[in-house]
Amino acid sequence: MKKHNKQTAAVNWPITILLILGCITIFFPLYMALIIAFKQPMEMTNDIAGALAFPAQWSFANFSEAMRVTDFWNSLGNSLLLTVSTVVIAIVLHGLAGYAIGRSMIKSKTYNVIYLYIVSGMFVPFAILMMPLVKQTAQMGMANRLGVILLYVVFYMPLNMMLYKGYLTNIPIALEEAARVDGASTWRTYWSIVFPIMKPMHATVAVLTAMSTWNDVMTPLVIMSGTGKNTLPLAQLNFQTQFGTNYNLAFASYLLALIPILLFYIICQKQILNGVVNGAVK
Amino acid sequence: MISKGAQDRKRTFLIITIVTVALFFCFNTLPLIKGFIYSFTNFKGYGSYEWVGLRNYKDLFGDARVGKSYLFTFKYAVVGTIITNIVSLMLALGLNSKIKGKSALRGIYFIPNVLGGLVIGYIFSFFFTYVLPVIGQSMGIEGLSSSMLSSTDKAWIAIVIVGCWQAIAMNTIIYISGLQTVPEDVYEAGAIDGVTGWKKFKSLTFPLIIPFFSINMVLCMKNFLMVFDQVMALTKGGPSQSTESISYLIYNNGMSGGQFGFQSANAFLFFVVIVAISVIQMTATGKKEEQL
Repeated sequence: MKKHNKQTAAVNWPITILLILGCITIFFPLYMALIIAFKQPMEMTNDIAGALAFPAQWSFANFSEAMRVTDFWNSLGNSLLLTVSTVVIAIVLHGLAGYAIGRSMIKSKTYNVIYLYIVSGMFVPFAILMMPLVKQTAQMGMANRLGVILLYVVFYMPLNMMLYKGYLTNIPIALEEAARVDGASTWRTYWSIVFPIMKPMHATVAVLTAMSTWNDVMTPLVIMSGTGKNTLPLAQLNFQTQFGTNYNLAFASYLLALIPILLFYIICQKQILNGVVNGAVK
Repeated sequence: MISKGAQDRKRTFLIITIVTVALFFCFNTLPLIKGFIYSFTNFKGYGSYEWVGLRNYKDLFGDARVGKSYLFTFKYAVVGTIITNIVSLMLALGLNSKIKGKSALRGIYFIPNVLGGLVIGYIFSFFFTYVLPVIGQSMGIEGLSSSMLSSTDKAWIAIVIVGCWQAIAMNTIIYISGLQTVPEDVYEAGAIDGVTGWKKFKSLTFPLIIPFFSINMVLCMKNFLMVFDQVMALTKGGPSQSTESISYLIYNNGMSGGQFGFQSANAFLFFVVIVAISVIQMTATGKKEEQL
């Protein structure tokens, strides 16, 4: 072991420096967005400095104007509503489904078929469901935020259920049986024993579902287009014409749309990275 | 005799399963079936329609615009998947070696993945339209002196760049977690045999992370094939439909172009293609894993 520690002590500087330089490719677009968002249209000269040099004055005027034009707080509220509702329902419903179907699969062939049926939904691209779903949600009076939440719950069901089921195969059934002998109902056993045990998976499911929901444009675009309501990314699309050639206003708005998810990432970085890896590898 | 507890368990599971399956059927299988049925009609998205049999499918293969969109989507997906996997594997090897500030660097390289494709597309759109041509002009590179996005030959490259910029973040993290599963003593044994550099990677590291390589290939290819946001933000399919992806074409012509029936056929073909590619990829990489 000691030899290992000595080896790790020797830092590979060339690679460290290369990787630090590589960060420019990550920060450059964000830096450009920040600079342009703070500038005034007349500062946008036709050379590189126009896009990359510091503004004459750091003023938040573009941001407050962008908030007004894109109805920022309402869009943010809608995005939060969609994401939080989807995550909560996903944890409750997909957890239950993963448990019920996963546990029943051990003995029953029918449940194996049901499991495969739902998991195969992962291969169905949204593009094929899109047109019939627009008709269907309109007929059901659900061409609105509620409909979008419901669709998300269904779209993420295959992956989430698979994750829960995979996690539960490593948890001994004996715990639940002990509770049953004590006279607890299955429903109560789930909430008091199984649900808390699945906590690490809840985090993974929450992270994956939240990130996909938050950044999704296509579903609200086709389903909610008649309601006049926007999510944060959708607002950027719908206000393109209003931004016109005022790139400063547009970029202030883009930054406002990026900030919530960036903050979320900075705060929960560890959980997010773990969640993403768990979701992909399992 | 089944005990009361076992009965309760069975009943509870059955109720949960019925609710789940009903929901899934209603909003996934049912629209899939409906789409399949529409693909045999000349439905415009409104008004009345007639059955046309297999005509939509026949027309699909003769339609230049559909053909173009498949060509673009595949070119984009193949080139994007190759670039993404090469770059992210190199990044992962770097980020997994003995470097300073490891966790901070890993955190930074993942940022593109958490940002939405549409907004990132808009930011890059400005870069390609206004910033890159200026850089190209000042450096005297003719190929870059006009906007890539307005050139039918080069617009797709811009979309590949943006797509990769985001996809690399995800693949890198998966490769890193793969590299962490390689036990240290494998390298030690290799070091005794004098295996270093490229040979070490080829004969020791890579075979051990093949499962992660196959995950990345399948995920990456699938995501690239379904590209929509980047196209919407960067080119809207232009110039002259040179960057129209399949998803974008279905959205554009199916939703507002009066081709509901025809694009349903297109969507169904697309679905079959995606399933076929995923199955081929998984069996191919599965075989490779067995060999090792």
